[in-house]
Amino acid sequence: MTPTKSLHSRRQFFRKVKSDVMVGLTVLATVVAVAPLFLVLGYLISKGAASVNWNFFTKMPAPVGQPGGGMANAIVGTFELVGLACLFGVPIGVAAGIYLAENRGGVLAQAIRFSADVMMGVPTIVVGIFCYAIVVRPFGGFSTLAGAIALAVIMIPLVTRTAEEMILLVPHELREAALALGVPRWRTSLLIVARTAASGIATGVILAIARVAGETAPLLFTAFGNRFWSTSLFQPISSLTMQVYTYAISPFADWQRQAWAGALVLTVIVLALEFGVRWLTRGAAQVAR
Amino acid sequence: MPRVKTRGFSVRAVGDRIFNLTTLAMALVILALLAGLTVELFRHALPSIKAFGFGFLTSTDWDPTTDQYGALPFIYGTAVSSALALLIAVPLALGVALCLSEMAPEWLSRKIGFLVELLAAIPSVVYGLWGIFVAGPWLRDHLDPLLAQYLGFLPLFQGPQVSVSMLTASVILAIMVLPYISAVCTDVFRAVPRSQREAALALGATKWEMVRMAVLPYGVSGVIGAIILGLGRALGETIAVAMVIGNSPQISASLFMPSATLASVIANEFVEATSALNLAALVELGLVLLVFGLALNIAARLLVYGATQRRFQKPA
Repeated sequence: MTPTKSLHSRRQFFRKVKSDVMVGLTVLATVVAVAPLFLVLGYLISKGAASVNWNFFTKMPAPVGQPGGGMANAIVGTFELVGLACLFGVPIGVAAGIYLAENRGGVLAQAIRFSADVMMGVPTIVVGIFCYAIVVRPFGGFSTLAGAIALAVIMIPLVTRTAEEMILLVPHELREAALALGVPRWRTSLLIVARTAASGIATGVILAIARVAGETAPLLFTAFGNRFWSTSLFQPISSLTMQVYTYAISPFADWQRQAWAGALVLTVIVLALEFGVRWLTRGAAQVAR
Repeated sequence: MPRVKTRGFSVRAVGDRIFNLTTLAMALVILALLAGLTVELFRHALPSIKAFGFGFLTSTDWDPTTDQYGALPFIYGTAVSSALALLIAVPLALGVALCLSEMAPEWLSRKIGFLVELLAAIPSVVYGLWGIFVAGPWLRDHLDPLLAQYLGFLPLFQGPQVSVSMLTASVILAIMVLPYISAVCTDVFRAVPRSQREAALALGATKWEMVRMAVLPYGVSGVIGAIILGLGRALGETIAVAMVIGNSPQISASLFMPSATLASVIANEFVEATSALNLAALVELGLVLLVFGLALNIAARLLVYGATQRRFQKPA
């Protein structure tokens, strides 16, 4: 073996080792990054599972200092808030998505698309202040309605962008075929194109639901929270997230225990939605985030 | 297309027009919301803007009892916690993105990608709860003493060690923004043309050399965009931070001490605002947050659009 050759092969060796080390580091980074997921889920189950029982789902919160009680009103509140938010947010989001998909190149469409993307990044607490200003102040109090509108504002850009992307996936030939058969444009857009994209749009809606169901900040001064049943849209209402927040920062052991249970239930709901979407799309489509 | 005026066609035109106008109106709602957000916040912050002017941003005085308000402690808390979170999250996120786009086989990459997505799906209040009872105490008992022992000569790592602190908040924030950064980076790396990689490999590059010569330079603007996007998330994150940062409006050099961020102080004090001026000052904090958020997001989106352009090109 000549000296140059050994030098050469040693260099090759170092390059290989360096490459392997870097590949190893990326794998390590991935392990470290995913570890918190399992840590959080593990703690949720070990600290929360014991307190998730029939009472938790059916009882109202117990007065301060008394043990027991549940989160029945908060669970119903979450469903009510999210349901109402969908009622406001989904039609607007889907229609806006259709507009963006049909006017792909237009200047206005581009401006709106950009605005939607930027809006996804607006801190949600700011949306809370906004809804406090436009709903809570004029109506004279915290209300279910204000909370639902805040969640809807967060949903709209998410739904819009997914709806747009999903509609664009529909083959153009389908639209052309419908138009060639003499179907009016609006019926083509709505009943042929949007319908074909329906499962994709549903995916976007479910992901948006999963996102807003876990929101706390925008609800703090819109829906406000309530230890009792909320019987009208103009009364404050509780949500799982707000109840978990209140209990977690409280000094009472029993409340902290219930906070873990609430967090577990909340996480199960959100993850179930995510898995549902996974199952619906089965690796098919990219979804806007 | 030449228009033939017959009865059927004009009815059709009316239907089309109604449909177009409806979708347009709904799309305009988005513009209206974005404009409304800015205008409403500005309007409600006006009393505070008038009272304190630019001094609001540079004053450290936050005292509802004397109605004196300054945003500096919160701007400082937000900046430091976000910067520290990025310092932890960015290298990890880059590692994850490279692992998913370059190293792992397709099937595995999809599975891990899904796990990372789940990390983003966990509600922020759950991270906060975990931070209060698990991560905070663990960091105080295990990481803080180590940092104090080996890096204690820095003012950053001096003083009493508390579980609700700037450091805890930054670690929780890092966990929360990581999936966003890595998701965008993965997209950016996947958009690098195959031919670039093949050219590097054909020249005899090792896997890492290929990444460094072909993938990273190609994706650099997208990666910067992803980082800014993550920064935007970190700035605005509210509940998890409010739960673990300790909410004390003070500027202290030590990362072991409690602090407060723009978002966390709004969450804590908004409902209990003692005066109209107090409320206006809190709204002005929100306005500061919004302006930063908008600026970062606009910059990030522009960069990411450029890097993943193929996805956004007009369909043929």
